[in-house]
Amino acid sequence: MNQFEKLTIKSTIQHLKCKDFSCKELTEYFIKKISDNRKLNCFITETPDHALEMALNSDKKIDNNEIRAMEGIPIAMKDLFCTKNVKTTAASKILENFIPFYESTVSKKLWDSGSVMLGKSNLDEFAMGSANTTSFFGNVINPIKGKNNSDLVPGGSSGGSAAAVAAGLCLGATGSDTGGSIRQPASFCGIVGMKPTYGRCSRFGMVAFASSLDQAGTLTKNVDDSAIMLQTICGYDEKDSTSSKMDVPKFSEYEKLSLKGKKIGIPKEYLVDGLNSEIKKSWENFSEEFKKIGVEIIDISLPHTKYSLPTYYIIAPAEASANLARYDGVRYGYRHQNVDNLDDLYEISRSKGFGDEVKRRIMIGTYVLSAGYYDAYYIKALKVRRLILDDFIKAFKKCDLILTPTTPNVSFLIGEKQDDPLEMYLNDVLTVPASLAGLPAISVPAGKNKDGLPFGLQIISSHFNEALVFKAAKFIEDTNK
Amino acid sequence: MSIDNSIVKKISKLSKLKIKSDSEDKMAEELNNILNWVESLQEVNTEKVEPLLSVLNEKMPLRDDKVVMDDNQVDILNNAPEKKSGFFVVPKVVE
Amino acid sequence: MKNLIKGKSNLWEVVLGLEVHAQISSKSKLFSSASTEYGSEPNSQVTLVDAGMPGALPVINEYCIRQAVITGLGLNAKINKKSVFDRKNYFYPDLPQGYQISQFQHPIVGEGFLTIKTEEGEKKIGITRLHLEQDAGKSIHDQDFENTFIDLNRSGCALMEIVSEPDMRSGLEAAEYLKKLRTILQYVGSCDGNMEKGNLRADVNVSVRIPGEKLGTRCEIKNVNSIKFIQQAITFEAERQIKLLESGEQIVQETRLFDPNKLETRTMRNKEESHDYRYFPDPDLPPLILEDSLIDDLKKNLPELPDKKKERFINLYKLKEYDAEVLVSEKDVSIFFEELVKGREPKLVVSWLTGELFAFLNKKNVSLAESKVTVKKIADLIDLISDGTLSNRQAKEVFEVYLEGSKTAKELISEKGMAQISDEKELSNLIVSVLDENEDMVKDYKSGKDRLFGFFVGQVMKLSRGKANPQMVNKILIEKLKR
Repeated sequence: MNQFEKLTIKSTIQHLKCKDFSCKELTEYFIKKISDNRKLNCFITETPDHALEMALNSDKKIDNNEIRAMEGIPIAMKDLFCTKNVKTTAASKILENFIPFYESTVSKKLWDSGSVMLGKSNLDEFAMGSANTTSFFGNVINPIKGKNNSDLVPGGSSGGSAAAVAAGLCLGATGSDTGGSIRQPASFCGIVGMKPTYGRCSRFGMVAFASSLDQAGTLTKNVDDSAIMLQTICGYDEKDSTSSKMDVPKFSEYEKLSLKGKKIGIPKEYLVDGLNSEIKKSWENFSEEFKKIGVEIIDISLPHTKYSLPTYYIIAPAEASANLARYDGVRYGYRHQNVDNLDDLYEISRSKGFGDEVKRRIMIGTYVLSAGYYDAYYIKALKVRRLILDDFIKAFKKCDLILTPTTPNVSFLIGEKQDDPLEMYLNDVLTVPASLAGLPAISVPAGKNKDGLPFGLQIISSHFNEALVFKAAKFIEDTNK
Repeated sequence: MSIDNSIVKKISKLSKLKIKSDSEDKMAEELNNILNWVESLQEVNTEKVEPLLSVLNEKMPLRDDKVVMDDNQVDILNNAPEKKSGFFVVPKVVE
Repeated sequence: MKNLIKGKSNLWEVVLGLEVHAQISSKSKLFSSASTEYGSEPNSQVTLVDAGMPGALPVINEYCIRQAVITGLGLNAKINKKSVFDRKNYFYPDLPQGYQISQFQHPIVGEGFLTIKTEEGEKKIGITRLHLEQDAGKSIHDQDFENTFIDLNRSGCALMEIVSEPDMRSGLEAAEYLKKLRTILQYVGSCDGNMEKGNLRADVNVSVRIPGEKLGTRCEIKNVNSIKFIQQAITFEAERQIKLLESGEQIVQETRLFDPNKLETRTMRNKEESHDYRYFPDPDLPPLILEDSLIDDLKKNLPELPDKKKERFINLYKLKEYDAEVLVSEKDVSIFFEELVKGREPKLVVSWLTGELFAFLNKKNVSLAESKVTVKKIADLIDLISDGTLSNRQAKEVFEVYLEGSKTAKELISEKGMAQISDEKELSNLIVSVLDENEDMVKDYKSGKDRLFGFFVGQVMKLSRGKANPQMVNKILIEKLKR
């Protein structure tokens, strides 16, 4: 086995410090591994030259003992984050050749802390999807195989990031989560996916899907890595008016917290129809495990849970319909040639540039905002969203954390659930409520089903309480070993 | 509230998406399925509930009135599919 | 009832409301830090936000918020402590985001009013609201046969949209409203009011009705870029509507464009679906909450507004109402006046300002500020008139040369040999020689032909080549003729 295979972010930092190997060697290993695993289609753009340049710079820093928080850590960057002079596509034909001249705040923070960019990872087009099957650049394949070595979806929308981490093509990856786009693929790929509180990470330079929900986060092999990487990307940014000024604590110090005497709520509404029995069993088991260490497990109710998905599928498409209006073929992006009037320029460019799911959501979003339907759909959804948030606020008066499954089921075959958008939407039923409430939530591997397919449990806390989330996630991780 | 082909046409006009006429039925059906599904919200009593505009209760940050141009302003035109003498170019618009 | 328009069969009343877009005179844009400077290279003042690049996010300019509030205060309006920014969705090549960030349901400023002068006296015009929004870029249609060019320099500049109630009843009232609004904007400093540069633009809502009946269908007229055009556009549009109604047709609610060459309005290419703007709160911007302290601070420091200033001018300088109105209608002029009047006779100052100086500015087609005329320059001249060195007539003669040149008033006068003869002895000599030459006339005068006094004055002036101080000539002549 290669010495690099088992590395984590945390251990790599130690190895690099001790000069057990150079960052260049490490990066070359990942570059090779990525090219050996192209069939997984994790990357839209590989950036080996960039990576080596950054690696050499890190080696210099290490030599000079100027080691930053993520020095020399090779990562994948979800192709939703604008990267200066590196093609950024959002997995859409409409941005197929778009080269930003600016850097997103999240990616900038990672480069500034020493991370090495291996490439831009694949995703659902404009982050709209739950299986990474809507990418213009083709679907990503989950490195974990199904029965008879069948190809499974990695989940979505951060499918390329999750699969790359799971396949050992990088040490960590960025993701973005609008309704579960970090947590759900983390669950499907057997890794840790963390979505912090809305406002923790700047959205500047992140291609927008649904602005009131979009939040950057991390996909890593374990909880410690998640804490290290999340630390790097959090913080107030004056370029984002929705970015929070709350102090960012040192997440890696979560270890000092104690779970003893804490209360974990089990919301009965998350026992949804069709919840996989093995996942359900694991959920119950871990409740028992928590009890053993002095955690009080209490039953709670989040009565508006069942309205979360409908609420989400009004608000997110509505915002998206406006956010995606800028892709009009005028200033950048795909433009249909040989049109002689403006409407054709718009309509043909956009119809050819966007995929079916994106178009469907733009249509829905436009409809729910249009005259005569705005109050019945959009305003109604904003009101229900408040009720969903209020449910959580009430619940967090009774408990410190909420434990739920991340997904109702494990990964499925590529091509499955493609005919009916609604069936695909149901994948997000357990992750969407925390998104609507802007709460931090993690998915941490909690076991595998009888076919060896992984699934995760989700831990949710009140706003800005990520450290406690890490603490509980770490307990599950340790217990699951 | 249900979507027929004429509404599909209207919505596609508003969103500048061309829906081929043989796809209109399918689109109408898909949109109707989604709308039927979100219909359940109507059963929630939201009287006296204020729409939620922001999950954070933080104030909107205010910027000083200073001109700060990022270094690469010329690049605004770099990705333009068509440009001429420093302008973006589109087919003639008649007002 | 005044202002009614006579149609074929009826008397009609015009009902007018104005939507004014005023560009806030800020250095940077409303949601981006790009410069707002006028007349730069195309697309040279464009940030990510202004070009609608992927991942760009708006951050609001505090100065613009303050200017909106201060303008609201100047319009006697309600300041809304909570306001919300919405997206107004439509596609147009000079609207890069595909939506304009504006304020729809919750504007920053609510109801207010201003007063205008009409023939029947003062009239209150209601302000419905004032809100902040982004300007669009510019589409240039006439540089190329096949294409439209897009310049985004103006994209994202801060606008205040100020909407009036439909309270005006004639083109003249609309013009007065716009003038007054412009004056207030200049006084509070939120907008320079320059219509030529497009910093102040007005759309006019026009409808007609038979007095007492309910409001008619209105048309919105865009692109009226001067106060003169507004009156012309209203005249044409009202007549068009009356003609249609009197021939039994309906008015179609639509947006019309004013053509200043043909002096007519025409229907804009139908913007079919564009009326469904799908406003919704912009999720990139939390609601704007104004602190009481900010509003109080702005209230305290609110500059003196034109109505107040006018009143003060009338009381303090004993000006005629008309003169005071003229002086305060431009902030620069009112300040210039107050500087100039210090220690000088108000009547003389007003007549020189509103007479000669205004005529000069009109002739040169520049504003007072643009003309670079200083208070000192005018003051020097007026002082020479006051102390008798120069006659009014002489001063008028040299005025233009004086203003355009760099010479001081004294230099110019001596160069032209213009200084008045105010020396009593010199004048006496002149007068004596005139009287000596006209002994018969003197006799006639003394026997009662008073009219001859003017003749003597004329002869003295002729002899002095116009330089004799007329007041002094009068005085001395009276004395000499008494004997």
